[in-house]
Amino acid sequence: MIEVRELTKRYGDKTVVDHLSFTAEPGEVTGFLGPNGAGKSTTMRMIVGLDAPTGGSATVGGKAYAEHAAPLQEIGTLLEAKSVHPGRSARGHLMALAHTHGIPRRRVDEVIELAGLTSVAGRRVGAFSLGMGQRLGIAAALLGDPAIVMLDEPVNGLDPEGVLWVRTLLRELADDGRAVMLSSHLMSETAMIADHLVIIGRGRLLADTTVDDFTREAGGGGVKVRTPDVLRLRSLLSGPDVSITSSSPGELLVTGREAREIGTIAAEHGVVLHELTPQAVSLEAAFMDLTRDAVEYRSAPAGTERKAA
Amino acid sequence: MTVTDLTPDRAPGRAPEGAGTARLKVTGARVLRSEWAKFWSLRSSWITLGVAVFLLILFGTVAGYTYSPDADPMGPPRPGGAGADAVSLALTGVTFASLAVGVLGVLLSAGEYSTGMIRSTLAAVPRRLPVLWSKAVVIGPVVLLLATAGALAAFQLGAPGLDGEKIALSLGDDGVLRSLAGAGVYLALVAVFGVALGVLLRSSAGAIAVLVGILLVLPGLASLLPDSWYETLSPYFPGNAGSSLYALQESSGALSPGAGLAVFAGWVAVTLAGAAFRLRGTDV
Repeated sequence: MIEVRELTKRYGDKTVVDHLSFTAEPGEVTGFLGPNGAGKSTTMRMIVGLDAPTGGSATVGGKAYAEHAAPLQEIGTLLEAKSVHPGRSARGHLMALAHTHGIPRRRVDEVIELAGLTSVAGRRVGAFSLGMGQRLGIAAALLGDPAIVMLDEPVNGLDPEGVLWVRTLLRELADDGRAVMLSSHLMSETAMIADHLVIIGRGRLLADTTVDDFTREAGGGGVKVRTPDVLRLRSLLSGPDVSITSSSPGELLVTGREAREIGTIAAEHGVVLHELTPQAVSLEAAFMDLTRDAVEYRSAPAGTERKAA
Repeated sequence: MTVTDLTPDRAPGRAPEGAGTARLKVTGARVLRSEWAKFWSLRSSWITLGVAVFLLILFGTVAGYTYSPDADPMGPPRPGGAGADAVSLALTGVTFASLAVGVLGVLLSAGEYSTGMIRSTLAAVPRRLPVLWSKAVVIGPVVLLLATAGALAAFQLGAPGLDGEKIALSLGDDGVLRSLAGAGVYLALVAVFGVALGVLLRSSAGAIAVLVGILLVLPGLASLLPDSWYETLSPYFPGNAGSSLYALQESSGALSPGAGLAVFAGWVAVTLAGAAFRLRGTDV
């Protein structure tokens, strides 16, 4: 379990992490989200003691990271993928880390195989692609068979097969009872992996929720209906919490009723439907709405106003 | 792909019992083992070490063969100069070798910062200081052994070139072994100095520049000081204290070998302390 309490980091008068509190529980995948520059990486570095907090605390399994006798067994971390000497082979890198804890060579071979690096384990890391570097970082994170796995942008640079691999791996790790935390700036990607969401912007907590709740709240996008009998359907569907708009002839946008309901009503009254499409507001759009005021590097308004259909 | 090989029989949420092996724990000896493996798993370590030993032997040997007691003072400069003795000739390469081993030390430490490896290293060893000590303990003895062997080899290989010359000496003569071993100790300390500078400055280029500046440029710059100051201070400069450590004959105004060792080791110790302070106290 990772517990972050009132964690604060200031560089001069710039506050990068601002009284941040959250918990990453065992058995769950916690998605740690925020726009670029929100303070995600700084928070993760403080959790593993690379950066010292200006205030507050971060504990791993109930203790400060540095107090663990075998930190790699407590929490495995992928920070930036390039936290590796490019002149060393993948196996050499993992062995160097393994030696510090007395982790046997057999375990090194295990994680190499697990990460799909067996064929390149003897090659210098400098020649690795971004995706292979990422796999090596994940292998290093799993080296100590840790109770907690914390990965910063793990799918960065991975090909679709690699993304799927990470998703499956993290799910299995969480199902195995481990606490899994991953950071991302992509909501849609994270929603597919995570159970729990911690969303930050400008170092502050914006939301601490579950993917299900977030999706439900974001899901108010209505249902698009196409029918030749617009007026009739409109009157059939109207109700106290229902709003119906029309953007083009023969087309209605209904909010407040689910697609299934609309289809049933239409069928009962013999209204012909040509299309019935739930309009989920994309999670990405909901995420952008949430973090709008906290975006560090804002592009031109056209970019931030863009909403997915 | 499955991950079932990750100790599947564990109770949920609990740390595994030693990943199926003896209890895992970070210890000083293990950090040392890790730094040892790191040192030898980089090609640059082998190359730099090889270059240092090669320069040491090459210059020392060549100096033995090119020595001439009555060289034309206006002619091309010869190693050794007027006060040359067989040992100083054999150790002509020490200056060059010191740059190589200094760079070796810098690469071992500052190289971790420039590549980002330091984050992996300090995440594995969050107490941090054992990493610094281990780097010093790995590189010091390795350089000590190889440099002493190199100095001996240079002396022996250059000896035939001095055959019949007045200054010829053999290994058994007074002070010869002590001087040659002194060169090994000096180079080992330079390597540790490089490690300390690398951790202190966190930049390979910066640390190498400072290393060269302190060992080679500082003594020259010091000659700008008023004479009385110069004579008092210059023996205590790192480079000068170091060279008295491997000089056969104590030149006037220089420290004795023992004092030279103490002073140079003192400089290295102070730099290491600074490096420890920075390593311990600052974010990476």
